[in-house]
Amino acid sequence: MQVVWDNIGLLLIGLRSTLILSAVTVVSGSAVGLLGGVGLLFGPLPVRGLLRAYVDIVRGLPLLVLIFFIFYGLPAIGLDVRGFEAGALALSLFAGAHVSEIVRGGINAVPKGQIDAAKALGLTFWPRLAWVVFPQAAPSMLPPWINVVVEMVKGTSLVVLVSVNDLLFAATKVAERTANPMPLYLAAAALYFVVNFAISRSGAWLERRLSYG
Amino acid sequence: MEDVNLANPAGMPPMVRIEALHKRYGALEVLRGVDLNVQSGEVVCIIGASGSGKTTLLRCVNFLEPYHQGRIWVDGTLVGYRESGGHLMPAPEREVARLRAETAMVFQGFNLFPHMTALRNVAFGPIKVRKTPKQQAMIRAQELLERVGLGTKADSYPAQLSGGQQQRVAIARAMAMDPKVMLFDEVTSALDPELVGEVLAVMKRLADDHGVTMMVVTHEMQFAREAASRVVFMDGGVVVEQGPPEQVLGDPRSARLRAFLSRYIAP
Repeated sequence: MQVVWDNIGLLLIGLRSTLILSAVTVVSGSAVGLLGGVGLLFGPLPVRGLLRAYVDIVRGLPLLVLIFFIFYGLPAIGLDVRGFEAGALALSLFAGAHVSEIVRGGINAVPKGQIDAAKALGLTFWPRLAWVVFPQAAPSMLPPWINVVVEMVKGTSLVVLVSVNDLLFAATKVAERTANPMPLYLAAAALYFVVNFAISRSGAWLERRLSYG
Repeated sequence: MEDVNLANPAGMPPMVRIEALHKRYGALEVLRGVDLNVQSGEVVCIIGASGSGKTTLLRCVNFLEPYHQGRIWVDGTLVGYRESGGHLMPAPEREVARLRAETAMVFQGFNLFPHMTALRNVAFGPIKVRKTPKQQAMIRAQELLERVGLGTKADSYPAQLSGGQQQRVAIARAMAMDPKVMLFDEVTSALDPELVGEVLAVMKRLADDHGVTMMVVTHEMQFAREAASRVVFMDGGVVVEQGPPEQVLGDPRSARLRAFLSRYIAP
């Protein structure tokens, strides 16, 4: 274990990248998913068609393929991206597609009578969504959304393949240098687990708080 | 129609004016030319078998259902459309919303917001739509809850209330908007029989004390007899007969109404 403590600084720098990448991905992916889900349900026909194509295609691709596609594809059309940016974009698109489906399903599950009642009070579309539909959809959307967050934290480890200095990258580098892989991968695994366990627990706590009545 | 004068003795412009209204679902024509005027302060009970179009008619008045032909005006404003050169163009969303705020609706399934307390349900419309200051809206909501006999249930969530209590909160929610017209869509049909009375009592008091204009789709003949200023019988998507309750319910002219009423033995 000594080898872990000797290199803990490097591992924490890697962890920091992993957390930043996760946070960026979850925030932008959720924003995309929120708009995507609403667009899938209420957008004009062409918008719905485009979103449907985006969601179905991205959900049908392995995350790594998407990362490579962006990392090698964007430079091919003259857009220079570094590993971190390519990873963040790929992960956000991936999360966005999954969250879109979650949001669509969550909103759809709110009884139509609730929308009638909100309309009858004189609420327009966005206030209706914000104050009546979304608060009722949120409890059912939370568990699958937490799943996506956890999947995204784990998914960030794939950016190691486009040379981003994340937690797995740091562990791999130290493991190669010291020729002692097991303790380092154990340490990396422990850190991933701690992060994801914390997310799951906060999710469960939020779920309890969001339930009403 | 001959009943226009009967409905409008003072020659006042009607609060709700429905003219030659048609509504289709695909090939099925649910409303086939409805003409109906409702005067300010009138309580109009609409009766008829299920499928007669009465609920659809009510939902057209606040444009929860778009209509295909004919016109509806509420207090002089055309509902859901703008007219130019004889053509109807869909009205902008804000305009429809403003009109809906004036025509409160109470639903068969209550449709209270489950994530809000009773008080919050009642104060919600005024706060979000009328932009009433929160404090003021809450005080008013408490008063309205007391008026429907639920002053002590302000902090309860809908799931903690009985069906009758939920429906009374829904009536308070509708009253909170100070609407020009209140629409009641079979509001006691989903209730256990022992809870129907408390809801009808609240509606009766509303009709008697407050002079609210009400359109009430109902199967409660007793309520229609006691509270209605006019009863309208619909069948097959048209108004077949209308008039004072004692006449329509006591001395029906058409065979269709007689057949319908015969199913309510000693109402």
